Amino acid sequence: MTDPLFPLLYILVFPGFLFLLAYALILEYIDRWITARMQNRVGPPWFQPFADLIKMLSKEVIDPAGIDRRLFDAAPLVALAAVMTAFIYVPVIGSSPFAFEGDIVLVLYLLSIPTIILFLLGWLSRNVYAAMGGIRTVTQLFIYEVPFFLALLTPALMAGSWSISSIVAWQQQHLWCAILQPIGFIVALIGLQAKLERPPFDIPEAETEIVAGPWTELTGRRLAIMHLAVDVSLVVGSGLVAAMFLGGPAFPWSVEPGWLAGLSGLIVFLVKTFCVLFLLSAIKVATGRIRIDQLNDIGWKYIATAALVQVALVLAIQSARVIP
Amino acid sequence: MAHVVIPVGPQHPALKEPVNFRVVADGEKIVRLEIDLSYNHRGIEKAAESRDFIRVLPLLERVCGICSHSHATCFAKGIEELMQLEIPQRAQYIRTIVAELERMHSHLLWLGVAAHEIGFNTLFMWTWRDRETVQDILEEISGNRVNYNMNEIGGVRCDISPEQAGSILKRLPLLEERIGEYVKMAKSQRTMLMRFCGVGKLSRAEILRYGAVGPTARASGVDYDARRDDPYLIYNTIPWNVVTDEDGDVFGRTKVRIGELRESLGMVRYCLENLPGGPIRVQAPKTAPSGGEILSRYEAPRGELVHFIRTNGTDKVERLDIRTPTLANWTSVAAALVDQNLADIPVIVAAIDPCLSCTSRLVVADRKSGKTGNISWNELRNGVCRIRPGSNRI
Repeated sequence: MTDPLFPLLYILVFPGFLFLLAYALILEYIDRWITARMQNRVGPPWFQPFADLIKMLSKEVIDPAGIDRRLFDAAPLVALAAVMTAFIYVPVIGSSPFAFEGDIVLVLYLLSIPTIILFLLGWLSRNVYAAMGGIRTVTQLFIYEVPFFLALLTPALMAGSWSISSIVAWQQQHLWCAILQPIGFIVALIGLQAKLERPPFDIPEAETEIVAGPWTELTGRRLAIMHLAVDVSLVVGSGLVAAMFLGGPAFPWSVEPGWLAGLSGLIVFLVKTFCVLFLLSAIKVATGRIRIDQLNDIGWKYIATAALVQVALVLAIQSARVIP
Repeated sequence: MAHVVIPVGPQHPALKEPVNFRVVADGEKIVRLEIDLSYNHRGIEKAAESRDFIRVLPLLERVCGICSHSHATCFAKGIEELMQLEIPQRAQYIRTIVAELERMHSHLLWLGVAAHEIGFNTLFMWTWRDRETVQDILEEISGNRVNYNMNEIGGVRCDISPEQAGSILKRLPLLEERIGEYVKMAKSQRTMLMRFCGVGKLSRAEILRYGAVGPTARASGVDYDARRDDPYLIYNTIPWNVVTDEDGDVFGRTKVRIGELRESLGMVRYCLENLPGGPIRVQAPKTAPSGGEILSRYEAPRGELVHFIRTNGTDKVERLDIRTPTLANWTSVAAALVDQNLADIPVIVAAIDPCLSCTSRLVVADRKSGKTGNISWNELRNGVCRIRPGSNRI
């Protein structure tokens, strides 16, 4: 932290923007490839997400009649900016240098921004499918957000810290939270799947029902940037779950010299996010889309209850002082 | 939320063919819906009147890309009955084999489409892959994958050699295994059960009132199948069962179709193993008797298909009227959709396996005078019409 250049490099090059953008597209490719292989298809070539991004960026932007153009241009950028900011606090090669007490709350808040933006886009589109999609987006938000937050706060409760990096450090000394809190881990995975609007929670953009939901009127670079924002959310989300439940980038042994420690941390981060992505892809492939009323039932009856049970268990363990 | 009118179609991702629903919804609940059919009228009935019997069969195959053999067979067996032709046993067996293979590929296709409508793309990809096996078999028999062109008035065009029969029989176990897999999947896959059970329910009485046919009717406990109740080809001599179900919802229709997949497979196997010898066609007379009228019924994959044929002593038909199963099923869809969720529209519509282009009919109506009439072939060709098209499209 002594070098004044270091924070700038951390934000802009590694593991900030440049690495993040590349990794987001790679993760999208891996997701598409896994899905394709499980569905008995060949799948896209590795550069497909890059090619899609460049193509969409160069396409004409079509304005639906009667929309606020500036707002429509700005909204996807806000979504992308929010999730990219969130990534700064996710430990990648070790503890984040920007970590502070309470950054988990900030990250969770920033991760919700793309969903709100999608609702806004749907509402502003002046299109019946987009409006329906927007309403579904926000309805779904109210269903999964509570269990997701509760599930991600249980490791914080256990570690007695509100900083992601200290929770990672706590897990290094004790055990992975996925082992200590299996229910919370599962709830977090389900919540992440719902947040990313992947099957079975792709209700807001249900293709066969409401065309593309809030995405219907997005074209050209707006679509490209919004798409990128979702890809980055995937990285941030899987990185966050890896940090909170799977011990983050911490390597089990101390490694010398420093650069090797950083490299091993990065490899551990890549492997763990990949594992989370694999689980998410498996859920995506194995399910169809459920209805919003069914999600409402499941979400509040079972998922929220499971999250509450997990919190209660953690509190019980804490008061019994089983783990020092 | 106030009532919202949501247009579905004529262009919409859930639809493979153009149709227009105006769905009046209260939030996510459907209050009412209006169907506007017939964006794809192709004038096939009229065109059939100007072609002789040899050339009309390829035309009729093109009524539908999925049940092409159904239309050709339905017409051929009607004309043959009018001509009082006795078709050789072997030809009847081959027609049955192709018909049941067609049913299999149609039902596999449907299963995939239904899964896609609920966003379960994995099953969609899997069934369509397995459907390729059926298509390959059909290609091996007839040389074509979609419009097989197997029928001729008086028999079939291609024979099945013993080697072909052997190679087809070798591929059936794989299909059987896959079908077994889908039976298991349909009974245990959570999201499928959630989206199919209790959705689009129609009681037996409703089915009878709206005159629905095929798997849609059989899923509501209507024990009717033209293959058994008005037997044609060799269906009354080979072992098979009519599959029915009591559920009456989309899940019931799925079960009926998967059951029919199994039955069809058994029939194909039986026919191939017991293929009688002899010729595959007889010489048919050039003309059909004057004043002959016949209603030819056929159980297509989607339900009962009806061809009404009137002949006039020439080598062409005087009138051909085609009633496709989709037309019989439409009203039941409109009834099944009321009070359902908006999200269930695609799957309820898909549950009857609609084939829209086959269903398109055109009646030209003059709004002012209330006169209705048909368009002649020449008018259709030249694009001029005596009566202006109005809104009374049926």
